[in-house]
Amino acid sequence: MPERNDIERFFDPKIVAFFCNWCTYTAADLAGTARMTYAPNVRVIRIMCSGRLDPQFVLSAFREGADGILIGGCHPGDCHYQEGNYQALRRFILLKRLIHAFGIEKERIRLEWIAASEGDKVQRVINEMTETVRRLGPLDLEPITKKVIDYMSVTHHEMVSISHRGSS
Amino acid sequence: MSTVGTGSNDKCKIGVYVCHCGINISSKVDVSKTVRFAAKLPHVTVSREYKFMCADPGQDLIQQDIRDGRINRAVVASCSPLMHEPTFRNTMAEAGGNPFLFQMANIREHVSWVTLDNTAATEKAMSLISAAVERVVFHQPLMPNRVPVHPDVLVVGGGIAGIHAALTLADAGQKVYLVEREPSIGGHMAKFDKTFPTLDCSACILTPKMSAVRAHSNITLWSYSEVIGVDGFVGNFKVRVRRKPRYIIEERCVGCLDCIEACIYKSGKVPDEFNEGLVKRKPVYIPFPQATPLVAVIDAKTCIGIRTGKCKMTCIDACERDAIDLNQSEEINEIEVGAIILATGFKTFNAKRIYRYGYGKYSNIYTSLELERMVNAAGPTGGEITLKNGQKPKAVGIVHCVGSRDNKTNKYCSKVCCMYSLKLAHLIKERTGAEVYNFYIDMRTPGKGYEEFYDRLLEENVHFIRGRVAEITDWVMTPEEEGKLVIRAEDTLVGVVRRVPVDMVVLSVGLEPQPDAEDVGRLFNISCTREGWFLERHPKLAPVSTFTDGIFLAGACQGPKDIPDSVAQAGAAAAEALALIDRGYVVLEPNTAYVQDELCSGCKTCIDLCPYGAISFDDEKDTAKVNGALCKGCGTCVASCPSGSLQQYLFTDDQIFSEIKGVILYA
Repeated sequence: MPERNDIERFFDPKIVAFFCNWCTYTAADLAGTARMTYAPNVRVIRIMCSGRLDPQFVLSAFREGADGILIGGCHPGDCHYQEGNYQALRRFILLKRLIHAFGIEKERIRLEWIAASEGDKVQRVINEMTETVRRLGPLDLEPITKKVIDYMSVTHHEMVSISHRGSS
Repeated sequence: MSTVGTGSNDKCKIGVYVCHCGINISSKVDVSKTVRFAAKLPHVTVSREYKFMCADPGQDLIQQDIRDGRINRAVVASCSPLMHEPTFRNTMAEAGGNPFLFQMANIREHVSWVTLDNTAATEKAMSLISAAVERVVFHQPLMPNRVPVHPDVLVVGGGIAGIHAALTLADAGQKVYLVEREPSIGGHMAKFDKTFPTLDCSACILTPKMSAVRAHSNITLWSYSEVIGVDGFVGNFKVRVRRKPRYIIEERCVGCLDCIEACIYKSGKVPDEFNEGLVKRKPVYIPFPQATPLVAVIDAKTCIGIRTGKCKMTCIDACERDAIDLNQSEEINEIEVGAIILATGFKTFNAKRIYRYGYGKYSNIYTSLELERMVNAAGPTGGEITLKNGQKPKAVGIVHCVGSRDNKTNKYCSKVCCMYSLKLAHLIKERTGAEVYNFYIDMRTPGKGYEEFYDRLLEENVHFIRGRVAEITDWVMTPEEEGKLVIRAEDTLVGVVRRVPVDMVVLSVGLEPQPDAEDVGRLFNISCTREGWFLERHPKLAPVSTFTDGIFLAGACQGPKDIPDSVAQAGAAAAEALALIDRGYVVLEPNTAYVQDELCSGCKTCIDLCPYGAISFDDEKDTAKVNGALCKGCGTCVASCPSGSLQQYLFTDDQIFSEIKGVILYA
């Protein structure tokens, strides 16, 4: 049996990030342009607004094997679409309770407001998040939890076919 | 291979193209390995690498593969999509493909530039490529959305940048609205006496342009007005402008000054903003002799007639043209414009924040802008540089970098202070013959003729002491210091602490963003830097554009700038606006939301969530309905739809779920 410390040392967490197009994704580009190096564990998915973040995306990412989820949006009041980030915040609070109910540590999801000029914040947040998740260790979902998420994450593609089946 | 993808019956054939970007990517990412990896991904028929994908030969690779029928979808792994997505979409379209059957993997900004370890970078690149491949399978062929552009332009701010931009556009035949918050246009440049390094008179070169604005038939000048609302999008902005009551009917006033003469206040009562509070003005005033428009304004806060009604209102009787209307109320005008240029300028640093310099505590300490007014022939002293006691100063200290290059206030260099300090040093020397001491950290004089001007000042026997000033005090130690202000600074070139007694001190205050820059940024939906300057789209390649299409920046609102730079930027912003208008249409990203009727349960959750009122309810069908012209494509409604009926083009659930699968499954 490896010691806890060994797991921490050798465990490379997989973290999926959802960054809004206007602030946080741009800030991540800026971090790149300024050559601010950070942990390689975070994979960024671009969405137009943090308000587009469907809680199912987060559940689905955990189901596929992500160990942590990072969400980035514009600062309150700065949303490119006026108030999408407030909707993201409301969903995030519920989402934290939901994943807790699934037995997933709350620290595995994090919401950050990062403005387009804050490349250094992208660097800091990604490094912190990677360390936090590394300390938590790999996410080991119970089979029943996976099943529940599968049931919840029916994609619209499948729904269309279900509905077509119903009507024909 | 099965037929996949919605809306397209073609068999899915994906081409993956990995860019070296010179060595920007290939020095960290093992490009050949990623290409071999991509070749094995589902539906991938072609996998190639090239040194510069954005160069013509790189684009030709994609086009040839499309024309030869090898691919019908493409993934380019290179820089950020914010950089080259439009380039490659065009590449697709030119070869007869659909521009939206394309996805970019950002392996430069998000991988090679930010990752230390080569193996980790290659793995990260592979996972982003696989995510893009998984995603592009679900892309739908879309039509770009073309919308006509309104030909009028709004320029906000009537300083030299706003004036130049407005005139350029108006000369090109466009109708321009120039909105200025103050009673007159002119901005900071109108307050200056001379301009560096040529020492030509500021007013002499500015006022002809101000008059041209007033006279130009294509320019609608709204002074004493503010923008209070901006709706719409590139090419089609709807702007609300509040025209503050000036209690003078603008069309009737000829600027004769009779009302000012007749005011019951026999002398000034209120600090005169134009003269930096060095003198006082009356409640009814014209900011300065060349004000444009040359129309009086009544300050409602200090006019007793407006405040209490208990005034003889001698001004009304004095005005022969019946131009005074104390009951005037504000007016809200709504205009439609295609482009907006922001030229809202800067403010100077408040010298009181550095208490060691004694500004506001000792007399004879002035900010550079105050001195600028003092040396101006139309200023409060008629161009005389005098001390409070009326005498001419024999020694003057100029303190550089007040509120610049300072960790406690502003870290950045304000760029213009070295040069204007030199100019003021020259003017003080010329007018008074006083000894002038410049206390500087570094002399920064890059610019045409700037270094030569510095050399000239050295020859004029102006003293330069290299060292940041520690304090300015009236605490004297020797008889020579009696009655003087003592500047204490370490002379870092000699290595001694100096005490320099002077009669007058000029604080070269730095430039700061306008105090309400953040609010203005929000109003126009653009970002600010941490300091509060407006953020340009790209620091080098899009210096006057913003992240909101159709909104451009000019002048010091984007960062400290001198007059030549402000004017150059204003010209650039005008050209960008003109390019937009001249094309006549804009292509909007077709990332709007849409409802799949058969899945909509009619719960109406989405309707209240839309900040643009783009979703309505179709009572006949019992489903929600999206108005594509109003939808801006944030996707907030899509995330809220409990039945998965709402989707967003370019960001459908399927596309994002497959991207999630892609980033995790591989690598």
